[in-house]
Amino acid sequence: MPESITVTLLALLPVYPLVSFVLLISFAKRLSWHVAATISVGAMVLSALSSFVVIQRLSVDVPVITAHLWLWFTLSSDEQVNISFYLDGLAAVMICVVTGIGLLIHVFAAAYMREDENFTRFMAYMNLFIVAMLILVLADNLVLLYLGWEGVGLCSFLLIGFWYHEKANVLAARKAFIVTRIGDTAMAIGLFMIFKEIGQLTIIGVNESARTLWIVGDSQPYWIALFLLGGAVGKSAQLPLQTWLPDAMAGPTPVSALIHAATMVTAGVYLIARMHGIFLLAPEVMTYVAWLGALTLLLAGVAALAQTDIKRVLAYSTMSQIGYMMLSLGAGAFSAGVFHLMTHAFFKALLFLTAGAIILALHHQQNIFKMGGLLKRLPFETTLFSIGLVCLMALPGSSGFFSKEAIIAQLFSSTTAGPLLWFCAIIGALLTSIYSCRLFFLAFMGNARFEAELQPSSSKLLKFSLIALAILSIIGGVFANVLTVSLAPVFIVTPVIEILNEPTWLHTVAIVTPFVGILFSWFYFAKYRIVSGVKITANSSSLARFCRQGLGFDNLYTWLLVKPYCTLAKLNRKDIFDQLLMLNAWYVSLWHDVLTSSQNGKLRWYVAAIGLTTLLLLLTLLLTVNVGEISVEASS
Amino acid sequence: MSITFVMCSLLIAGGLAWFAEGVKANSARYVALLLVLIVSAYFVFALIMTNSSADYNQLHLLVRVAWINSFNIEYALAIDYLSIVLVSLTLFLSLICILVSWHEIKEKVGFYYFNLLASIAGIIGVFTAVDMFLFFFFWEVMLLPMTALIAIWGHENKHFAAIKFFIFTQVSSLLMLVAIIAMAAVHFKQTGQLSFFYQDWLTLDLPLSLAQYLMLGFFIAFAVKLPSVPVHSWLPDAHTQAPTAGSVLLAGVLLKTGAYGLIRFVLQLFPEASLNFAPFAATLGVVSILYGAKMAFAQQDFKRLVAYSSISHMGFVMLALFSFNGVAYQGAILTLVAHGLSSAALFSLAGMIYSRIHSRNLMNMGGFWQGAPRMGGFALVFAAAAFGLPGLANFVAEFLSLVGAYQVYPLLTIFAALGLIGSAIYGMVLFQNSFQGDFKGSLQASLPAPKKSVFKDLSRRELLVCSALVSLLIVIGFYPNLILIFFQTADIALVNNNLVGAVQ
Repeated sequence: MPESITVTLLALLPVYPLVSFVLLISFAKRLSWHVAATISVGAMVLSALSSFVVIQRLSVDVPVITAHLWLWFTLSSDEQVNISFYLDGLAAVMICVVTGIGLLIHVFAAAYMREDENFTRFMAYMNLFIVAMLILVLADNLVLLYLGWEGVGLCSFLLIGFWYHEKANVLAARKAFIVTRIGDTAMAIGLFMIFKEIGQLTIIGVNESARTLWIVGDSQPYWIALFLLGGAVGKSAQLPLQTWLPDAMAGPTPVSALIHAATMVTAGVYLIARMHGIFLLAPEVMTYVAWLGALTLLLAGVAALAQTDIKRVLAYSTMSQIGYMMLSLGAGAFSAGVFHLMTHAFFKALLFLTAGAIILALHHQQNIFKMGGLLKRLPFETTLFSIGLVCLMALPGSSGFFSKEAIIAQLFSSTTAGPLLWFCAIIGALLTSIYSCRLFFLAFMGNARFEAELQPSSSKLLKFSLIALAILSIIGGVFANVLTVSLAPVFIVTPVIEILNEPTWLHTVAIVTPFVGILFSWFYFAKYRIVSGVKITANSSSLARFCRQGLGFDNLYTWLLVKPYCTLAKLNRKDIFDQLLMLNAWYVSLWHDVLTSSQNGKLRWYVAAIGLTTLLLLLTLLLTVNVGEISVEASS
Repeated sequence: MSITFVMCSLLIAGGLAWFAEGVKANSARYVALLLVLIVSAYFVFALIMTNSSADYNQLHLLVRVAWINSFNIEYALAIDYLSIVLVSLTLFLSLICILVSWHEIKEKVGFYYFNLLASIAGIIGVFTAVDMFLFFFFWEVMLLPMTALIAIWGHENKHFAAIKFFIFTQVSSLLMLVAIIAMAAVHFKQTGQLSFFYQDWLTLDLPLSLAQYLMLGFFIAFAVKLPSVPVHSWLPDAHTQAPTAGSVLLAGVLLKTGAYGLIRFVLQLFPEASLNFAPFAATLGVVSILYGAKMAFAQQDFKRLVAYSSISHMGFVMLALFSFNGVAYQGAILTLVAHGLSSAALFSLAGMIYSRIHSRNLMNMGGFWQGAPRMGGFALVFAAAAFGLPGLANFVAEFLSLVGAYQVYPLLTIFAALGLIGSAIYGMVLFQNSFQGDFKGSLQASLPAPKKSVFKDLSRRELLVCSALVSLLIVIGFYPNLILIFFQTADIALVNNNLVGAVQ
């Protein structure tokens, strides 16, 4: 295939969903479900097909394909910021995930949101999101990446607050946007630093120049990497900016699947992977990345143990799994992190969408303590959900197993990670299996606590998308080789991590851990899975509630940041500068009042004034004129 | 190309509109619209016709005739790319102003359009005058009709706001007048000739101590206009109480006269003094950014919120200009254009909402998207422009300003970047409190909201206004070189402002 066609296809990748967005927004209410669904899903099909075609062209001889669209602006005489796309192995993986999973989720959404009166607007926003995400991963320079970055933030905001009549949704959307904005600001500062130190903003330029300009341990890459990390943790909902993700579940389930599991939250992981040139020069920051990942992993795992809402369990689970990806990147295992990104997209989307199907069947009931016994009543959904959970727990054979093992294998001997972090990862895997089992027992086994009639969806589209995701989750492990080959040229500067003197029991422990977790849960959560007459309620101890609320971070931030800002704003609502100025005006009007009161038309006032003034004048004369002069005058 | 013709035509157009209203009711707006369109067309064509022969990187003298001979004051106008961009913005926004006042003004309509067009004529004079006395004359001239606009057709607190606006600007202008006269005196002392001509003043060699005081005189006047904290408090009242077109003109153009003055006079006439003063000015800029954002968040009045957001955005201009960096300078120019468009858009939106529910209070709003999805869509874009979403003009402008400023003041710029978070917060509050939430109530208060049937979607005229603004914002957002290409020789300390002698 001639190269020009490939380049054109690459350039057109985001155009199909963009056109679809414009069409859907312009003709919103006038389109029927069939037309709107065809347009939006059709655009995704085109994008997905183009992606697969374009990446075929990537090979050892052609490691990179670029497409230049137009000049955006110039930063100085030599640095141009272009709207240009850059496709290498890493971007190839990302666009396949985004368009492939995106397509399946769009298909699901077309069926799921069919009854919604704003269906067209929903699909339009979903398409716009895909446009922004594609721009993010294909951008050849950091400013265009920032455009995609902000774009996905905006679409996330629009989609979380899609049902804007509910106050809770609106506030959740606001929270998501502002928290991620804090991260975006950190990233912007990182960009300023990069431009000042390197003078370039193209990703390749920056990565290469960094290698020539600095050596490992210099302070500039340290600070740049630190600020970029700030941006990454915002978008990827890691410590300390993780508080927005659980609330983002207020959006419709396809949104949670697409944005908050498969794509947008992985943008932070992508950023760090992309800028590995800088991160490798700052090993301390890599260690921070690893620790942030590990802590988030554990925190989210603990929080997931206490949740009552099925979507919130999955949200914390996502937070936890992205912690794994961060941990992997921090340890220098970039390919493994990206691989886990891909498999996670498969099984998390599967989990979320199946959860959506279940919620729909249960008349929008999301509380797992009101579910139960769905194994018999919804066998199809249960099977799919189990497949997702198996991958999540990384049981051998599933795609999750291959990717998680790839990460854990490299943690122990990594120079920036190490045994302690390996141990955290193992604990994390244990927690994962425990909360997964808890979820499964509560929702699918035990008493059927949901009384009313179930209404499982019979839509073929829905089932098709779910089955496709399930298949991908199961066979995902086969992509390992393909991934290694395509990512090798990207991470070519990855220093070889020597695997020295690794204990042989490392791998065994890693494989056995989920089973230990399952065994533990089998007995500990026995009352959830056994059909009996006992009533089950959520744990309401203060510890449980503390964990349920995300380990107190929301409260911490409210008291530390939100309340002070709001109080300060309210106190100074009238603007102290203005008040000071008005003091001036008050002073003048005070004198105005004083002086007008002397113009009161009363004769005795005027006479008194004349008398007083004359008196004062005489006194002044007496006091200032020399007494001697007067006596001389008097005597002469 | 005759700017004099443009100004006189605008004045005559104002007069004709006034007269036409007396003859036939509701005809003033058509007359005004038509004539402004013609004048704008003339301006564009004249520019294109003479484009090849003139290099507008430098000031190109248009006219220079003696005016007040005893003081050697001349009537001298000149244009360069900066003035051209700003005059174009003014003419475009004047069309928006007329469209936005279409149904809003009910009494003394003819006089209203006269004031509007007279103010615009004055503003164009400010952007093109190169005799300092003439500049001061136009500076005052643009003020008076604007005060009248606020005082006669404003909202509930119009007298207070108009008087405050007038006194504030007058006091600062007086300082500028003192500085102007002092400069003329210095010129007289050094060359034996009294002159108010800009070119002559450029060649003056001032001792630094004197230059610092003179610069301060000018700086204060322009800082009030910009506006910069701490002399910003006229703006919220003026913007809030003015009629919609008044707010559009104020935010869109009048604030730019302050920035223009800073570029043309403070930085060019007193380069050394400005350099010395720069750290303080840059800090003022950053304080404006953060303080403006915080104040905007606290407001419950739609227009007041947008007014404080203007203060925040102009802080970026102050920071960028006093960084003396080429990239930041480009960012400052682009901010002038982008902010002009985006705040004009937000104030137009405020006017549209006011015409429907007769309230500017955010507590009375909510859920408008339901009845007016198109307006909601435009409101989202305008709010996104306010918080600097990439893809719209404001992002490129802010990005360039910050990247450039970071080269010189890294720590200050990091604080300024916090303004990005602040703008997101008030942008969210503005958009969500008005267009999202439930229509029957509101997000926060228990005040009754208007009935659903009252809130209609955009009319064709309003759609025209919004579309025009959005398209410009997006086009400039994705291709800012449309404006920036004229400002490539950008290290402003070195830009040579020698006037080219050809007279039109």
